[in-house]
This record gives sequence, C-alpha cells and structure tokens, in this order.
Amino acid sequence: MIEAVGLTKRYGAKTAVDDLSFQVRPGAVTGFLGPNGSGKSTTMRMILGLDRPTAGHVTIGGHPYRSLPNAPRQVGALLDAKGVHGGRSARNHLLSLAQLAGIPAARVDEVLGVVGLQDVARRRSSGFSLGMGQRLGIAAALLGDPQVLLFDEPVNGLDPEGIHWVRNLMKMLAAEGRTVFVSSHLMSEMALTADHLIVIGRGRLLSDMSVTDFISANSADFARVRVPEDGPEDRQKLTAALIEAGGRVLSEPGGALRVTGLPLPRISDLAHGCDVRLWELSPHQASLEEAYMRLTQGLVDYRSSDDAKAGLVEPPPLDAYGNPLGGHADAPAEPVEVPQEGWYAPPPPAPRPAPAPAPASSPVAEPSRPTEPAPAAEPSSAAPAKEQTSKDPR
Amino acid sequence: MASVPAVLASEWTKIRSVSSTTWTLISAFAVTVVMGAALSALLNATFDDLSEAEQATFDPTFVSFSGTILGQLAMVVFGVLVVGTEYSSGMIRTSLAAVPQRATFLFSKITVAGVLALLVGLLTSFVSFFLSQAMLGDRGTDIGADNVLRAVVGGGLYMGLIAIFSMGVAAMLRSSMLSLGILMPFFFLVSQILSAVPGAKDVAQYFPDQAGSKIMQVVPDALNSEPAPYGPWGGLGIMVLWVLAAVLGGFLVLKRRDA
Repeated sequence: MIEAVGLTKRYGAKTAVDDLSFQVRPGAVTGFLGPNGSGKSTTMRMILGLDRPTAGHVTIGGHPYRSLPNAPRQVGALLDAKGVHGGRSARNHLLSLAQLAGIPAARVDEVLGVVGLQDVARRRSSGFSLGMGQRLGIAAALLGDPQVLLFDEPVNGLDPEGIHWVRNLMKMLAAEGRTVFVSSHLMSEMALTADHLIVIGRGRLLSDMSVTDFISANSADFARVRVPEDGPEDRQKLTAALIEAGGRVLSEPGGALRVTGLPLPRISDLAHGCDVRLWELSPHQASLEEAYMRLTQGLVDYRSSDDAKAGLVEPPPLDAYGNPLGGHADAPAEPVEVPQEGWYAPPPPAPRPAPAPAPASSPVAEPSRPTEPAPAAEPSSAAPAKEQTSKDPR
Repeated sequence: MASVPAVLASEWTKIRSVSSTTWTLISAFAVTVVMGAALSALLNATFDDLSEAEQATFDPTFVSFSGTILGQLAMVVFGVLVVGTEYSSGMIRTSLAAVPQRATFLFSKITVAGVLALLVGLLTSFVSFFLSQAMLGDRGTDIGADNVLRAVVGGGLYMGLIAIFSMGVAAMLRSSMLSLGILMPFFFLVSQILSAVPGAKDVAQYFPDQAGSKIMQVVPDALNSEPAPYGPWGGLGIMVLWVLAAVLGGFLVLKRRDA
C-alpha cells in the first residue's frame, strides 16, 4: 500500500507536483496517467525517497521509503531503463543489486530467465536495445520478490510480444496480492492493464477511480447523423428539431452531425417528422483515449502545434446558428469542432487512378537499365513495372 | 536497512565488473613504473651533466617516483569514473532506491574503491622503486636506508589519496566530464605551473598534490626543490585534509540534492 498525503514538489518557481493525495492498494494494478511533464516521474521518485518532497509525505506500508528495513526486499522499481552502466553485463548489474539485499545469486539467473534475457546475461548492457533495457529494469524490480512494485513507463520500446508479456505480468503480480503502480501516458495501454486509475495533469490530481467507473463516466455514446449535402436548410431544420427534443448537437468536420442525449430511433423519428432524409445514422462510442485527452486538455505542457491544419479545415457550419452547443444548460463549454480522428469514418477508398504510362521518364528514373529502349507501343502487361519506376523519384 | 557488508559486496561487484577499472588502474601502474624507470635510467646516464647542487641533493628515491606526475592522472580518472558513471548512466537512482541510506552508499563505495586504489598505489610504488633503483645502479639507494621505506609507502598512499580525492570531487560535481575537466588540468598543469611561479608558490605548496608529494622525498630539497614549511608527514596530513573535505562535500551534496 502506497499512500501520498499532500505531496508537493517545487523546483524554484515551477510546481511539478501540487498537493497530490492518493492511495495505491494491494491486489490491483493501479495506472498512473498524465501527459508528458505532468509530474508522474517526480512522484515516483518521491515515493522511492530519491527526491525530497517540498511538502507533504508519501509512505509505503506506513513507512517513509528511506526508513524501510531492507527496502529492496519490499519495494521493486523500474524507473529508467537506461539506468545501467553500459560497460557492465546484465548479470553483474543484477548481482550488484542482489548483494545489497542479501539475495542469492541463483535468484539473479532466475529473474534473467523470467524476463527472457538469459542468453545475453553476460553481454555488456550498452549493446542492449531499449526493449532489452526495459526487460533488464523489470528484472531488477522483480529481484527481491517485493510486495510493492513501481514501474515507470514499462512498455516503452517493447515489441508487441513484450507489451503483451508486461500486461500479463502486471496482472499476475496484482493477482498475487501485490501492490502494482504503473505510470504511462498511454490511456489505451492502461485501459487494458489497470484496474484503477490515478490521472494527474500539471501535478494535480484529476481523477482517482476504477477503470470501469472511468469508462462509464467519461465515454459518452453518440450518434452520427448525415444529411444530404445539397440541403443546408435540411440540416438546419433537423438540428433545430434535435435540440428542441433535448439532444445535444455538435458539428463534425465533413458535414456530419454528432448527436448525444437522444436514442437512435428517436433521431430517426424526428428526422422523419421534419421531413429530412438521412444519409447516415450510426451509433458510436467515444474512446477512452478521447476521454482522457478531454480530461487533461489544457494541462498539457508540451503540445504540438496544429496551426498549419487550422487554415485548411472548413469552418464548422453550425457556428452561424448562435447556439452550437445544443439545449443542455449544464453542457460544458466545448469546442464545437471535434477532432476528426475517432469520429469520422474516412470516405471509401476511391479507385486508384490508372498509372499513367510514362515511357519517356522511365529510363531516367531507373538508371540500372538505361540501355533498355522505351518502345512506343508497349503491351499493357508492362504497365505495373512502369508505375514502379515512375514512382521511384518520389 | 541494507547492511554495510552487503553494500560493500555490491560495490565490489560493481567495480570489478566494468573494464574501466582494469584499464585505469593498469594505466596508473604502467605509466608510473615505466616513466620512473626510464627517467632513472636517463639520469643515471647523464648524471655528470647535472649541476653541483643537483648532484649533491640527488634523491634516488624521489627520482623513482617521477612517473607519478602522469600516473596520478590515471588514478584521477579511476576515482572520477567510479562515482561519476553512477550519475552519467542513471544508475544512481537504482542504487539509491536500493540503498536509501546515502551515507552507507557513498562511504561504502569510497571504501571499496579507495582500498583498491591504495593497494594498486602501493604495488605501483614498490615496483617503481625497485625497478628504478636497478636502473640507477650504483647511484641508487636501498629500501633499508633512512626514510626510504617511508617514502615508498608514502608514494602508494599518495596514489590512493589522489583517487579518493577525485571520488569526492566527482560526488560533489555529479558528473564525470565536469570532474575530469577540472581535475586533469589542475593536477597536470595548474598546480605544476603555480608551484613554479614565485608569488603563487606560497599558496600552491598547500595544494593536495604539492603537499602530498613531499612524502616521496627523502632529501628535503632534492633537485632544486624549495624546502616546504611542513615535513613529509605534515604534507601528507595536508593532503588527507583535502581528501576529507572533498569526501565530506560529496556526501553533503548527495544527502541534500535530489537524485
């Protein structure tokens, strides 16, 4: 059991962790989520007694980490996959950690087998890939067979097989009654692994609930409604009717409407009632990733700019109605235009344009056979090869 | 609480499992011995070219430690790397998570590495002495002569103390590059130059290497060197104070700072 009370860490003027209080219970995988720079690693380091909190405290099993008797046998941690002397072999690295806690050398070979590094155990760890480094870090965490395990971004750099293995390992460790605390910035990963979620942003606690609760609280079902493109007045009419019926209407890029608060048959009835044809009426569920992004919106420290795209996207048509957010008074202020990914099914793939035969450019593009003459009338069966060569310069 | 023997065993595993340990210590040994022997042979061959005063104060023991000036640099690298790689690799977080008692961690590390450096230093010193005396032939001295054993043992202590001093500095600066960038020019250039400048000499003779190297002299003002206001053991004492200050500084930094 890990317990943080009013945990605060300031670096000069910047507050990395701000009055964070939470509990991590045994027997469950607790996901620790937050955007980059939100204070996850700082919190992890404070739990391990590496950083001193500016205020508040954090305990493991009731003790501050630094006063735990034989800490490596009680707490295992993966903080930094690259936190290994590159010139030291994996086995010696683990052996030096094992000796600290009075763990026999046989256990070192055991955990090397568990993480699948037994074949490279005696190689210098500087040659390890990021994934192998992660496995070595996980081996170090498992070494003392501890009751409390902390993993900071454990799936970084792992291949799909490795990710699958880590997921199962976490669940297994939790099922054995251990406390498992895993940080990640990937909601989708946590949705598959964690039982409980602690979400922070800018060092503050945003959410502390079970994954099931998080899903039901944050993922809203909605319907996508598309009307014929030739009738903007139909769109207007339908929107008005939907809002009147208590629905909430958002405009999507591409002209479709996103409707929440009304069941699909009701939407269909309303459209029928105001004599509007529908081209699409489909049920959708917001992804957990989307819910997480909405939760941490505005709390992201490092955001990539979407400036260039904004000028190219058509303004949402609903803006002109003056009441774009729909009828709910308690509806949170949200941007009318929702991100395209996740909501908008891409148009069916158009048939690829027939490759333009370009016999003249062929010898230029394919210098490996420059002597080949380009016949004026080539049989059409040679067209694919032509396409290949004309694509090369790109 | 991780017990001290456990931490010592762990630190020994760490030290013996990286090749930088082997190479820096072999360099320290080889450079000191070879350079000492070569200079002894050279001096033996050109002894008649030396001035009257230099011949009169010829110190065959001190000459055999001429290689120390270069060999100590390898010891500096050893000391810096032992501590500095913990920081540069990020291993420090793993180490401190495993040993939350930072005093135990640092002092165990310095003990293991320091004892190793002292042993290698003593080996270097004795081999260097006997090889150089063989090169000097009739002009050489004997280990049984007055103060010679003290100088030879002192030469080994000097090498070890230089390494421990470097460990303390690296713990304070928390970076191998920074520590080497400061210590190497200091020991190789700054200290040597300042000790030759008339005004700065009075200060420079209290530098760790200048004070400590007095232990290796049998003839107090050998080869035109200025007599110091402290004896050989006094000089080593000054060096030990420097070492203690560096290690204490390193400990305070480790204790106060976040890892």
